[in-house]
Amino acid sequence: MNCDEFVELVTAFLDGALDPAAEERFIEHLALCEGCERYLEQFRTTIAELGELPPEPLSPAVRTDLLDAFRDWHRG
Amino acid sequence: MTVTLFRSRRGYARAVTKLPPDDELVAALRAGDGAAFAKVLDAWSSSMLRLARSFVSTHATAEEVVQDTWLAVVKGLAAFEGRSSFKTWVYRILVNTAKKRGAHEKRSVPWTSLLPGDEDHGPTVDPSRFQGPGGAYPGHWREAPEPWASPERTALALEIREVITGVLDELPARQRAVISLRDVGDHTAEEVCEILQISAANQRVLLHRARAVVRERLAGYLGAAG
Repeated sequence: MNCDEFVELVTAFLDGALDPAAEERFIEHLALCEGCERYLEQFRTTIAELGELPPEPLSPAVRTDLLDAFRDWHRG
Repeated sequence: MTVTLFRSRRGYARAVTKLPPDDELVAALRAGDGAAFAKVLDAWSSSMLRLARSFVSTHATAEEVVQDTWLAVVKGLAAFEGRSSFKTWVYRILVNTAKKRGAHEKRSVPWTSLLPGDEDHGPTVDPSRFQGPGGAYPGHWREAPEPWASPERTALALEIREVITGVLDELPARQRAVISLRDVGDHTAEEVCEILQISAANQRVLLHRARAVVRERLAGYLGAAG
């Protein structure tokens, strides 16, 4: 496997979606290539950082409106 | 909302306040349990806002889409049959509401095809980073990617969040929707396919491209610092 092929298969590898033969070639390349090992690690870091984005809450006014609407719907 | 961070295999994951199982939750909502509604509203709205932003051009419109979705959910609870999870059902309503809204907007975000668009093809890493046919090792790195500084250094953390938020804003709509659900939210690949009505292969292509763009942008920060 070449590096330019490896970089396109990273998400499939992380999802466990590669077929056994491709996965074997992927891991074989990973063991030999420092650049790709680093690329994979940086992909993992990227995914972890995406998961760190703080939640964006609804504005309090919209939230209150929705809670009121729920109450009204069930009262009516 | 209670959000706790814990180490998982994919790095940090967010554990949101645990909601009761679907049948209990839906029964409580149908019975008019306001506390149950507040809980589910607080647990899901942030991720719904991010998803809605893939379809419409402003935060304000996205918030209206989320609001309209919840109103439709409240009024349509009787129609939920449990064929998908309740969350997926709610998110499907969101996607339909957001698409309609996007179509009405002047600056609507294109979401015409379920298939990856033109921007979703081609290599995700600049081909010039690899050796050409004349090189000693064609297809291998010319120079390995630069090492990164640890993003856990607090001085960088805030900057990184700004960088990531900026890149998400620039991503093509489909890629943004998938990465928002998979990586910013914590949806599984299967859930994303169901919510967006795309195939597993398309889901993976869109996610991979989006991640590669974010990685490249982070490299500009963390690589230079390393």
